[in-house]
Amino acid sequence: MAEQLMDLNHLQKKFGRQTVLTDVTLHVAAGEILGLIGPSGAGKSTVIKTALGMEVADGGEALVLATHMPNRQLLGRIGYMAQDDSLYSALTGAENLRFFGRMKGVAKATLAAAIAHVAAVVDLTPDLNKLVAGYSGGMKRRLSLAIALLGDPELLILDEPTVGIDPALRRKIWTELHRLRDAGRGVLITTHVMDEAELVDEVALLLGGKVMAYGAPALLEAQYGVTSIEQVFLKAEGVA
Amino acid sequence: MRSFYIARRVVSELFRDKRTLAMMFVAPVLIMFLMKLIFTQSATTSVTVATVGVDGNIRTALNDIKHVTVQKQASNRQAQQALKDQKVDAVIHETSANHYTVTYANTDATKTSLVKAGFNAALTVNGMKTLTQTTVQLSQTVAQLTATLAKVAPQAAGTVQMPKRQQPTSTKITSRYNYGDKDSGFFDKIVPILMGFFVFFFVFLISGMALLKERTTGTLDRLLATPVRRGEIVLGYMMSYGILALIQTVIIVSCTVGFMGVEIAGSLAGVMTINFLLALVALAFGILMSTLAQSEFQMMQFIPIIVIPQVFFSGIVPLDSLATWVKDISFVLPLTYAGDAMTQIIMYGTPLTSLGRDIAVLLLFLLLLTALNVRGMRRYRKV
Repeated sequence: MAEQLMDLNHLQKKFGRQTVLTDVTLHVAAGEILGLIGPSGAGKSTVIKTALGMEVADGGEALVLATHMPNRQLLGRIGYMAQDDSLYSALTGAENLRFFGRMKGVAKATLAAAIAHVAAVVDLTPDLNKLVAGYSGGMKRRLSLAIALLGDPELLILDEPTVGIDPALRRKIWTELHRLRDAGRGVLITTHVMDEAELVDEVALLLGGKVMAYGAPALLEAQYGVTSIEQVFLKAEGVA
Repeated sequence: MRSFYIARRVVSELFRDKRTLAMMFVAPVLIMFLMKLIFTQSATTSVTVATVGVDGNIRTALNDIKHVTVQKQASNRQAQQALKDQKVDAVIHETSANHYTVTYANTDATKTSLVKAGFNAALTVNGMKTLTQTTVQLSQTVAQLTATLAKVAPQAAGTVQMPKRQQPTSTKITSRYNYGDKDSGFFDKIVPILMGFFVFFFVFLISGMALLKERTTGTLDRLLATPVRRGEIVLGYMMSYGILALIQTVIIVSCTVGFMGVEIAGSLAGVMTINFLLALVALAFGILMSTLAQSEFQMMQFIPIIVIPQVFFSGIVPLDSLATWVKDISFVLPLTYAGDAMTQIIMYGTPLTSLGRDIAVLLLFLLLLTALNVRGMRRYRKV
């Protein structure tokens, strides 16, 4: 069995009297992409925030890279991309990359090379010296992903990375994610796009704070007797 | 090291926002220039007084007083009409010998007191004149009597000594000003406090907005998803806005000293130190308040609650005569201490070493607010 990069065991989380997560158990191994799907308000963001240590679970444990979260030092080994672009629009793309690279603790000697590499991956090299304020929506998403990739993190946590991205670029991003997986990295990705759920190694269906289904896409489809993850989703939700 | 990079980022973001920069650096100078114009102007109020049946000597004396013009009116009715028509500011009516009725428009307290003081002075001057005339008449009578006496009894004349008339020596007052010159007015008094106020106002507002923007755009979350310490973020903001406050102070000081002729008795370094310290307090205050705001508009709503009271209680208006509990309000406002320290340095030339109390209180504010901020950021990341 491959090394576990993320172990969320029996997570419970309440905000006030509202229970957001009930007994959520998820794992990401090295060389694996875990897709987290579910409707808005299902608790996807809470799972991510708990994995990053921004929230603390009321029950269960969140282990990332064999360390209990929250842990500040560990954040340098995780690449995080939020749903909103979270960029400094008054700075250029290169300045954004440089700033976050420094915050992540990428060594000064390797920073320039690391920036050049991630910019090439997301195809932003010619636009690096433009102000982010002048970027298109797709360019902002790509820059945001590039920041997450800085510092060659062992675990990537991506919250809806392909929203608002055209199909050609989406394919490119998935190619890169598969390349990272093959290089032994782990990826936790949330998505709304159902056909993307076919591209992951494991898929977890989160509904009302509970994991309704969890397994390899092909296995789940067989289990529910359907031909796509979308149908699994609808069936689990009780719609079809 | 990370806080240094955060500071650099904040500064470079700010320097690309030309309008905000202009607001920070040009607006205070413009406002101070306008205040100087206004407060210098209002120092020389002039009044027009209508007189009815007032003695010519008194009228002349009153007219001779600076900024007072006398208008003689034939009847009280005419004079009252002039007052109604806002042509004169007061009517002095001598109803019977040495009985005066003065009617004031009283729409401007300064004008009313100028008329009161002017009329009293005119009466005094007139009384002195009458006294001098009487004295002259008396001495003439004495001289005549002595002459008559000499004729009647020449041998006795030698025994009567004429008192030598004292030549009135003119009184001369030499004025020396410890601070400023004869033109120093209200504006000079409020300059030190205004300097502090501008630093506080702009740093409070802009830093609060900046952190609010980081929160709403998600960059704060992203920042906190790196190994950066919460304290490093606060420190980075302090460094950048501290530098900004220093630049602002240099601009304000050089403009007030260079173009508006304000004198700084103490050391410039002292002024800079206090402003720097105040800027850090304002920053910590701004960051703390920004956590309570959901939008930039809500941040603006703190201006009447946090900023404006500081103006009233920081010493721009003298608080000496107010009730104790009113004065007590000023003790919890940081601008009070900064304003006091600035006044001491600029007007009395007090060295920083003698301002230990003010500096200590400002440091206490700073420490407390910073601790609250670092603690408050736990809301966004639990470690």
